[in-house]
Amino acid sequence: MNGFTAIIRRELKLAMRQGSDAAIALMFFVLVVALFPLGVGPEPGILERISGGVVWIGALLAAMLSLDRLFQADHEDGALDLLVMAPWPLEALVLAKCLAHWMVTGLPIMLISPLLGLLLHMNTDAYLTLLAAMALGTPVLSLIGAVGASLVLGARRAGVLVSLLVLPLTVPVLIFGVSAVEAAAIGQDAGPHLMLLGALLLAAIPLCPWAAAAALRQAVT
Amino acid sequence: MHWFANPARFMRIAEKLLPWVAGAAVLSIAAGLYQGLLTSPADYQQGETVRIMYVHVPSAWMSMFCYMTLAVASASFLIWKHPLADVAAQAAAPIGAGFTAMALITGALWGQPMWGTWWVWDARLTSVLILFFLYLGYIALVNAFDEPERGARAGAILALVGVVNVPIIKFSVDWWNTLHQPASLTRLDAPAIDPAMLSPLLLMALGFQLYFVVVLIIRMRAILTARRIRALHMVEPGVESGD
Repeated sequence: MNGFTAIIRRELKLAMRQGSDAAIALMFFVLVVALFPLGVGPEPGILERISGGVVWIGALLAAMLSLDRLFQADHEDGALDLLVMAPWPLEALVLAKCLAHWMVTGLPIMLISPLLGLLLHMNTDAYLTLLAAMALGTPVLSLIGAVGASLVLGARRAGVLVSLLVLPLTVPVLIFGVSAVEAAAIGQDAGPHLMLLGALLLAAIPLCPWAAAAALRQAVT
Repeated sequence: MHWFANPARFMRIAEKLLPWVAGAAVLSIAAGLYQGLLTSPADYQQGETVRIMYVHVPSAWMSMFCYMTLAVASASFLIWKHPLADVAAQAAAPIGAGFTAMALITGALWGQPMWGTWWVWDARLTSVLILFFLYLGYIALVNAFDEPERGARAGAILALVGVVNVPIIKFSVDWWNTLHQPASLTRLDAPAIDPAMLSPLLLMALGFQLYFVVVLIIRMRAILTARRIRALHMVEPGVESGD
């Protein structure tokens, strides 16, 4: 579809030229994870035990940080009104925006996560599972986040509010993401947890753009 | 449904209904408390702490019932633009949050002597905690806009998104191995509870349900009155507003 690729190309170009937004989320991710050894102490045993959860929580918070960029700028400069009026289904355009958002924030977070696992003494057997779980889980964060970001358009203190709305809904991603990594770290089969993450992704791909598009139509009328 | 779509007619009917429902709520809660605290037997394993159940279980039922009310009202607001549906949704949300908080607190009070801990991170407790956050998120979102209309519509969509959590709460005790016991009443065979304990439980459930209706009517009336004051205020800038 023409509109779909056009949106993705536009978002990537904007992210490339502005640059700093995506880098800030990534820096925040690294910083949050790096704070944990300072907070809980540097013993390798404790860090190894909590490494999966720390990396996932860092990814979750970093994803929240970048959400207000998803629709806010378009809402302010009027591009959103044109998207709603465009001859393509709004749901597909939202999906394109989510995909672009994931490529700019989720993908770098996923790629850097094994490095942070290394800092936290994560069991080396778990790296591949961590990458796979992040590959399945971070797109869900972008998709659920798009629902929250579209709901708070025009609200007061939208940046804080969107985290309040989205974080409770992302709990399943956190639970299954962490259990996949922990299962792999103690030598168990991570397959079932990864499949549940995949199921979440497959459910989120049709449902979240639908809800977000409904919210966007309410926001522009 | 559409016959009630006139707010003035709804207010008149609600006004007549209110004393009767309130009286019935007081009676059934009083009877439930009397039976639950005095005449029902103590459990052979749990002892007297089983009496916490007469508040805990109805609160937990109501926490989900209020959410379904919120979701159905939100759906009819978005689909049919029913003029009272968003009022009902906004009125139901804080009541539901209250029932959810009560279920969590009474559960913790019961868990300390029975499980030896105030809180465990099992599936039932976690999903109810998420329900509590969903209520708070809904209330925060509805009040975050300068235009009340926009807040109502955004909140309605959020309420419908949050419905995914309700079946998770209901079936969490069946899907996962949890410390929380599975359902005792809604089973295919007879309820696994003694009739002497079932009667105060059902009385309390009925009383909580009626209490919900009473508070819902009062809150809806308050919201409608606030709107009327707002409308008057917009027409005549000289009129003093309550807030």
